[in-house]
Amino acid sequence: MKLKTILMATAAVAIASPAAAEGTLNIYNWSDYIAEDTIQKFEEKTGIKVTYDVFDSNEVLEAKLLAGSSGYDLVVPSASFMARQIQAGVFQKLDKSKLPNIKNLDSAIMGNVAEFDPGNEHGVVYMWGTTGIGYNEEKIAERLGDSAPTDSWALVFDEGNAAKLADCGISMLDAPTEIIPAAMNYLGLDPKSKNAEDFKKAADLLAKVKPHVRYFHSSQYINDLANGDVCVSVGWSGDIFQARDRADEAENGNTISYVIPKEGALSWFDMMVIPADAANVENAHKFLDFLMDAQITADITNYVWYASANIPALELIEQEILDDPGIFPPDDVKEKLWVAPVYEARADRAINREWTRVKTGQ
Amino acid sequence: MAQRLKRYLVILPPFAWLLLFFLIPFFVVFQVSLADLRLQRPPFSPIFDWDGWWPTNFTGDLENYWFLLEDSLYINSYLNSLKTAFFSSLVCLAVGYPIAYVIARATPNWRNTLLLLVILPFWTSSLLRIYALIGMYSTNGFINTSLLNIGIISEPLQLMNTDFAVYSAIVITYLPLMILPLYSTLQKLDEDLLEASSDLGASPFQSFWQVTLPLSAPGIVAGCLLVFIPAVGEYVIPALMGGPGQLMIGKTLWTEYFNNRDWPLASSVAMIMLAVLVIPMMWLRNAQSARD
Repeated sequence: MKLKTILMATAAVAIASPAAAEGTLNIYNWSDYIAEDTIQKFEEKTGIKVTYDVFDSNEVLEAKLLAGSSGYDLVVPSASFMARQIQAGVFQKLDKSKLPNIKNLDSAIMGNVAEFDPGNEHGVVYMWGTTGIGYNEEKIAERLGDSAPTDSWALVFDEGNAAKLADCGISMLDAPTEIIPAAMNYLGLDPKSKNAEDFKKAADLLAKVKPHVRYFHSSQYINDLANGDVCVSVGWSGDIFQARDRADEAENGNTISYVIPKEGALSWFDMMVIPADAANVENAHKFLDFLMDAQITADITNYVWYASANIPALELIEQEILDDPGIFPPDDVKEKLWVAPVYEARADRAINREWTRVKTGQ
Repeated sequence: MAQRLKRYLVILPPFAWLLLFFLIPFFVVFQVSLADLRLQRPPFSPIFDWDGWWPTNFTGDLENYWFLLEDSLYINSYLNSLKTAFFSSLVCLAVGYPIAYVIARATPNWRNTLLLLVILPFWTSSLLRIYALIGMYSTNGFINTSLLNIGIISEPLQLMNTDFAVYSAIVITYLPLMILPLYSTLQKLDEDLLEASSDLGASPFQSFWQVTLPLSAPGIVAGCLLVFIPAVGEYVIPALMGGPGQLMIGKTLWTEYFNNRDWPLASSVAMIMLAVLVIPMMWLRNAQSARD
């Protein structure tokens, strides 16, 4: 489906370019993260020709931004990464007079991200979600029985459970700043700690589980979970819902579920921002405003199953999605969610070094 | 005089090419490796100021290189990469030599067809070929389903994300680079020498061991280098097909550059990698020219 999305986007670009005079727009967004027709609708409405590229890790995006001249007019880093990139002078301030739809955004959520971007001067929330556990109901029940702790990090971080699930496949995101804090959360430590000792304790736990982990990767698990190649994935909420959809479509006997563990989970906000050296600033604003349209946002959420921060859009989102506690968590779950801190160079090196130790044993 | 000018004109383009695309980038990377990490764009501090055309206030240091020595991670990555490249080259040689030998001995018609078959994979992107291998190796892939159907195995084999996957993919990807130089030396081999050797009472094996093999040594060396050098820095294959425990310098470099955003340290890792490859090559070249 990822390939399909890319193909659709490319096809949309190829077909709908009636008025090149309106200029171009280069967007760099996460893979599997937009509705199939969003780009096409924008092109039809404005005549702007869109080039839509995708990435699957904040690190790849950041490397391009820090090198400069990325060629992109609109990029989508997670908030904690954006904070550091703002300090590095990578982004320009938004011209809010060109964004009338910004009134649609949930002020509580925008308030949350103001911690990373004081005054919300640089970015607006695209989608938000959580990093939790996706699992194959049948295969887990087969191996762990009815008492399987599917509502807890213990499902993957407890060595005994992991050993029993190793043969059907465990995958985790290759994202140290998401997995190590989750392990810290399971151990009862503060997941927002930047203390090297805490990283080490979490890494010790992960090192014990690692022999049972099939791979660390941040996009492959969508297909593998759907096909039954892995049976548990620590991954991003919407990706796991997409895996569930694919499994349902394929009718291959795999039922995929997503859960926010009872101990808590990382919640992240992906931000739409304009690089300082963007060539098509005007068009980037037009696209931003287009995306904050209630119907357009709702279409995207209905397709990718990530929560939007758009209040009027809530009316237009499918009931099934609104009711899903994995997407729009109830208040008691929300209280347990944490937002990633901004890691300074030293903390970053420490957490990545522990991550390498987990993965390679060195 | 005109003769000399012509000669300079002939060697100028390759020199300009090397200067532009090797020497200048090399100095850029070297310069970054002496700098310090800083949160800005690009994320490192300049190591000198420009005073008109001249650099002044030089502030670079070797701190990053010392750091590589402090943490055994880097040395182990280099060693593991060298090991992987070494064994892949050996397997390529063992598989490639008989193939090259058969092609060189084939009739001219067959020879062209066989050579074409060797080169054919290069017409598709190596990334696509790796994805094809992933399709074959995966749990529900071609190899496992076939073996399950025949009844040789009852549980799918874990082929992906293993050492086997990485070694076999490197061998399959680089095999043509081994076969082609071997073929070109074997094909030039004078058959009269083999005839003479057999007239003098050597068995076919002795002829091969004492005549063919030593004469094809240049092809062996060239083929091994062509496989070994890119295999050391290989990133794509271990990243896509390797297990999480596979420590290779390409992946370590990626972590430094992308996860730590530490361009200076990543640059020094790259400089050392270059040294690891270039120094043995120069030694080999010297040894060869001394022998000639």
